[in-house]
Amino acid sequence: MKLHPILSALRHHKTGALLIALQIALTLAIVCNAVFIIGQRIEKVGRSTGLVEEGLIRISQNWLNAPTGDDPAAVEQLDAMQRADLAALRKLPDVQEVAAAASMPIQGMIWSGTLGLSPQADNGGIKVAYYYGDERQRSTFGLRLLAGRDFRPDEITHQSSQGKLTAPVVIVSQVVAERLFPHGDALGKTVYQDGKAAAIVGIVGPLQTPTLGRLSALGSDWAYNSVLEPVRLDGATASYALRAKPGREQAAMREARKALIAVDPMRLMPDSWGIQSFTTIRDKVYRGDRGMALLLGLICLILLAVTATGIAGLTSFWVGQRRKQIGIRRALGARKADILRYFQLENLFIAGVGAMLGLLLAVAFNLWLMSRYEMAHLPVGYVLLGVAAMLVLGQAAVMVPARRASKVPPVVATRSV
Amino acid sequence: MFRYYLELAVRSLKRSPGLTALMVLSIGFGVAAAMTTWSVFRAVSGDPIPWKSSRLFVPQLDIWGPGNPAGDHEPPDALDYADAMALMRDHRAVWQSAIYAIAPMATPTGVGRMPIPLGGYAVYGEFFPMLDVPFEYGSGWSAEDDARAAPVAVIGDELNRRLFGGIDSVGKTVRIADQDYRVVGVLRPWNPQPVFFDVPDTGGFTMGGPDVFLPFQHALATGMANAGSVNCPKGVALDESGLAGLRRSNCTWITYMAELDDAATVRGYRQYLDDYAREQQQLGRFHWAPNNRLRDVPVFLDHEHVVPGDARLSMLVALGLLLVCLMNTVGLLLARFLRRSGEIGVRRALGASRGAICAQFLVEAGAIGVTGGALGLLLTGLGVLGVDRVLPVWMAGLARIDAVLLLLTVLVALAASLLAGAYPAIRASRVQPAWQLKTN
Repeated sequence: MKLHPILSALRHHKTGALLIALQIALTLAIVCNAVFIIGQRIEKVGRSTGLVEEGLIRISQNWLNAPTGDDPAAVEQLDAMQRADLAALRKLPDVQEVAAAASMPIQGMIWSGTLGLSPQADNGGIKVAYYYGDERQRSTFGLRLLAGRDFRPDEITHQSSQGKLTAPVVIVSQVVAERLFPHGDALGKTVYQDGKAAAIVGIVGPLQTPTLGRLSALGSDWAYNSVLEPVRLDGATASYALRAKPGREQAAMREARKALIAVDPMRLMPDSWGIQSFTTIRDKVYRGDRGMALLLGLICLILLAVTATGIAGLTSFWVGQRRKQIGIRRALGARKADILRYFQLENLFIAGVGAMLGLLLAVAFNLWLMSRYEMAHLPVGYVLLGVAAMLVLGQAAVMVPARRASKVPPVVATRSV
Repeated sequence: MFRYYLELAVRSLKRSPGLTALMVLSIGFGVAAAMTTWSVFRAVSGDPIPWKSSRLFVPQLDIWGPGNPAGDHEPPDALDYADAMALMRDHRAVWQSAIYAIAPMATPTGVGRMPIPLGGYAVYGEFFPMLDVPFEYGSGWSAEDDARAAPVAVIGDELNRRLFGGIDSVGKTVRIADQDYRVVGVLRPWNPQPVFFDVPDTGGFTMGGPDVFLPFQHALATGMANAGSVNCPKGVALDESGLAGLRRSNCTWITYMAELDDAATVRGYRQYLDDYAREQQQLGRFHWAPNNRLRDVPVFLDHEHVVPGDARLSMLVALGLLLVCLMNTVGLLLARFLRRSGEIGVRRALGASRGAICAQFLVEAGAIGVTGGALGLLLTGLGVLGVDRVLPVWMAGLARIDAVLLLLTVLVALAASLLAGAYPAIRASRVQPAWQLKTN
């Protein structure tokens, strides 16, 4: 079929055709970018922490009657309180393993510094997150030891959380080992953490850093630069990692609360952040991202539905308007399929023009977003897929009115109204 | 006439219920999406102190030099101890206060009562009149109290209820971090969002309001720990723990606010900051030219990117949806009005003016708008309730349904449908009566 009759017929309802094309263009531009953002959020939420998350529990609490200051006596007392807690938790029937662990991936509490190959401040080192904890931290987290060994109990020190922290031995994550020692010989080497020497005694699998804040937003590359430190941190706040026996997470949390209150009731350990399963922490941390993806997804769905029904509505009107012409064409020998194809082709043309315009709009919108927010380039694939989707949407929407048009009987041509 | 047009509109709308429903749904969803996301945006982008924000300024000094903290040559957003104290000493603004976050424990009197962890700030007495902090009882403290580091405290409404059962507790003693403080003022519930006087520590939003305010000098004298964030220039680490280390360092941990009432004063203060930096340069402390900022609260909040990108972005996308819905409605209305060209021809031939035709169809568009607005109202209500469940935890409860939101929803729906109806109505009024009558 030739395009010419379609074009000259379109001239009679320019506004309607233009409106549909613009609608398709805007829909394409918005949906493309929104789907791209949704994809990024899903990727962010789906990133692995490196932990065995199932059954992992974080306890974080403040002692209300903790000694203030960081003199040796206060530090010793705080450490004794911490050890008493750990011992009590270890005895619980539903607890498999317990460790002192100041932070956990994505949960927010972070200690960080620079790890380099020489003691100078400007040693080209890499930014890392420090995980302070005892010899059971690695196994409680569920991290795989790739090389070397765990900390020995006699290597664990305890230091005031307010002071300068040091350790002579460290366990680094695989990423850190590879970055500092590209030849794969990190084990046993000496590194300098903020100028202080430490030997690498072990290498573990990937472990995400504790913060998702601006520091580790898109583009920064230290999201897995983690180092385990054999130090129990002593302060008014003490945090523990707990691994529950399989399927006993809730029971272990209840027991832990009871046991800790029995050891010392003078502590602040609210339900909101005191004892949480890692699953809960993950849910909370990513709530905003999941919400944004959900919101954008919903808006996209409404947008597509509105555009599709708009096309269907306007085409039905056109069909109604042209009943007589259709009848004449049918009487002159056009088949049903010809009429059907006429409306399909007409829609394809309008949607095609709209999609081309939308392609430009989508790229422009993406460039604008990139200038205002931390946003990556919209991949070409998304836009092309969007164009295809718009054409399919147009065809699907036009199907019902076009079918109705093809059913107009030739006899209409002979009637006066 | 209006009633007649309305009758016509209702009759016409009933004739094609499918198309009518489509338009109503379109307007309803478009408006609801826009208003729901706006309610979130409004909550996070609001001016926390609209009557005064343009007179409150945050001085920023380039104390670290080029390349610090980032490469964009912006000075840090807080001050170190030495400069904050110098600014306080010079006292060049009408009101000013250095501010640092504290988190001490309060010990209630009475056996077996648990200590209460507090969140609050060490400030100067000028803080309260400067920020128009609302008092339920008493007031802030005097400059003299500041000077002699008096053990006085202003407590929040919630703490007053927990400690004293909500009575006028001015003059009573409260024990905080093993020190006795005399309560001089009790606040009304006060929790401005964004927390404009402490953006560096809070990022802009907090769950609860401050519990306690203590005199800056007294907090320093008793070594009350800083509970806010500390930022140090590259390669600098504190060599001593606690306040002593902070006070000796050039790390930033003190926020600062000054009230400057007119343009001349602002100019004068800017000059003063530059002179101060130049003096530090001459003293050999700064090895770079003065690079200071003096932003008022709205500009500072914008500079600190307090409004989360997501809130703005989702509103933008929702506005795009509303636009598409509008275009959709324009198309459908156009189709619907022109389909009735015959009817229009008859009315015009019988003497109806173009204006009358236009009015008739605008009433019809308005009727769709009102119905769509009612649906939008319902959907916005559901949307705001629902959006609360998907917002980040710290934003929970910020988006609220109130009269302004509801009124605006209806107005936007009505305006949108009239806007969408304008072009089709004009087109309808241009229908040639003679031609219509002939062809039919």
